[in-house]
Amino acid sequence: MFSLIRDTLLSQAVTLWRVFRKLFVKADTVQYPDEQPYMFPRWRGRIILSRDPDGEERCVACNLCAVACPVDCIALQKAETEDGRWYPEFFRINFSRCIMCGFCEEACPTNAIQLTPDFEMAEYVRQDMVWEKEDLLIDGTGKYHDYNFYRVAGKRVAGKDKGEALNEAEPVDVRSLLP
Amino acid sequence: MILLFYLAAAVAVIATIGVIVQSNIVHGLLYLILSLLAVAVIFYVLGAPLAAMLEAIVYAGAIMVLFLFVIMMLNLGQNTRDQERQWLRAGGWLLPALLAAVLLGQLLYVMNGVEGLSVSEQVGVMAVGSRLFGPYVLAVELASILLLAGLVSAYHLARQVRSGDE
Amino acid sequence: MSSFAVGSGLSIASILLAVIVLAAMLIWVERRLLGFWQERLGPNRVGWFGILQVVADMIKIFTKEDWVPPFADRLSFVLAPAIIMVVVLMSFAVIPFTPEIGVIDSNIGVLFVLAMASLGAYSVMLGGLSSNNKYALLGSLRAAAQMVSYEVFMGISLLGVVVLAGSFNLRGIVESQADGWYIIPQCIGFLIFLIAGVAESHRLPFDIPEAEQEICAGYHTEYSGMKFGMFFVGEYLGLVLISSLITVLFFGGWLGPSFLPPIVWFALKAGFFIAFFILMRAALPRPRYDQLMSYGWLFLLPLSLLNLLLTGVVVLSTL
Repeated sequence: MFSLIRDTLLSQAVTLWRVFRKLFVKADTVQYPDEQPYMFPRWRGRIILSRDPDGEERCVACNLCAVACPVDCIALQKAETEDGRWYPEFFRINFSRCIMCGFCEEACPTNAIQLTPDFEMAEYVRQDMVWEKEDLLIDGTGKYHDYNFYRVAGKRVAGKDKGEALNEAEPVDVRSLLP
Repeated sequence: MILLFYLAAAVAVIATIGVIVQSNIVHGLLYLILSLLAVAVIFYVLGAPLAAMLEAIVYAGAIMVLFLFVIMMLNLGQNTRDQERQWLRAGGWLLPALLAAVLLGQLLYVMNGVEGLSVSEQVGVMAVGSRLFGPYVLAVELASILLLAGLVSAYHLARQVRSGDE
Repeated sequence: MSSFAVGSGLSIASILLAVIVLAAMLIWVERRLLGFWQERLGPNRVGWFGILQVVADMIKIFTKEDWVPPFADRLSFVLAPAIIMVVVLMSFAVIPFTPEIGVIDSNIGVLFVLAMASLGAYSVMLGGLSSNNKYALLGSLRAAAQMVSYEVFMGISLLGVVVLAGSFNLRGIVESQADGWYIIPQCIGFLIFLIAGVAESHRLPFDIPEAEQEICAGYHTEYSGMKFGMFFVGEYLGLVLISSLITVLFFGGWLGPSFLPPIVWFALKAGFFIAFFILMRAALPRPRYDQLMSYGWLFLLPLSLLNLLLTGVVVLSTL
């Protein structure tokens, strides 16, 4: 009997009092279009393609992002420059499908694809939600300022032979007998 | 006041006819509620406000709600409506109507001798209470025992027997 | 004509107008207060502090198509929302607002309110039944059981007050509280009436007939436009009614120190309870259906009978 009163009346009264005190607490929400809310840098919003510090595209068209994407909203085609760099011939993200999960960012080996705190992407025409490479590519480096894939990777491109990357040993000469 | 009485009486009669001839059971029930409310008005006009309110609370407000509750459970559809229509054919109701007309004639004949009722006096709550617990206390107690028996048996019937019991 | 008196045309018209406008305003008040209590802002765009939100809602609701589903039972479907409005507005007839303002002085005021409350169950039941919709039917089944059960405790909890006042007349009940409100001798009755009142007007936390998370919108799933609006305003009218009844029965109605006029005292007390009901909506979770029923029949019913018995003993011993 006593426990029934405690559970039915007392605990409810305590709840009512605690909620009532919220009357004197500042509201958590902001008046959005007038006041911009603070967006955290790691917020997963609109997707961009970044460039390396030299101003070249970071994307090497490896297709890992397209594979990782759970809703298959990324489409791209690989192409190759004369100096051996890979790049996407086209890179297309359908933002009407994108769920901003960030898997593409995690899958990307070159930190090319990144999610930004921007979320204001409403369009009147659904076709306008499909963004091409020109729309996605930014001029900056995004979240990683010093990273340059071709400097650290063993891939041979024009101006950088095998073994010339950062922290990379000379390639082993398999025809030599010397240690 | 007398106009109010005749108006309410007319509503009650028409609504009761509606209950009988209506083939849609929910509509029939609505007519029945209307009829009960009209009877409550008649009680009020005749100087029995407590009876009027109890009619509204108990009959219209509680018992008819339970009727509606049961109708909800029964899932009555077009079939019952057709069946009801069939029962309402002239051959079905002619004989009962004749018999009822005989009874009505007798009632009118008997009522012809009764003096007109006076509606001047109001039977208040206090008067009803002191009557119920004065001269009629035995009847009230017997009725309450009957209701208690009904309550106990309803509890017994609705009790869930778990597999561990007995 | 220009003076207020019980039953005068001016009195009736002003009560009707005030009650309906208040019920409509409560739509905004409730959303605003819920906002504060949930650390949000609530509607604040239309007009000053969003006060014209009501007008915007009204325009929206009035201009919607008045639609009856083809599979619905037309008569009951149209009748159901009207019942709740009529029944609740009728109940306001016996509420004494001040010594001057009121519609009728009935000797059976308490019973009249109970009768109207019991008729209010039809609105919900018919609305659900006539919709021909599974969720609506579930909602009205729940509503029927809940309202019929809680009517019982509501009536019995009132009887303590009636015994103390010796009258079913609401005005007489207020006047007999001149030397002490009934909340003190009848605090158990007050609590039961409060709980039963919430259940009777099926507001949160007892909004089991329309529990959105479980059964869509319950009995008014198929309703839209002004028919839904009548259910909506009817719910707020019920809220005002229950608050006024609590004020009249347990908190001395218009009685209060004379530096404020009686109507202000009444409004303050009733407004406090309206805010309290909104706070309950903001704070308390909804019980399960069977919990509600067993709580009512196994806890509230014995408690209310005990309260009535004790009140009777005390009254008889002091005769």
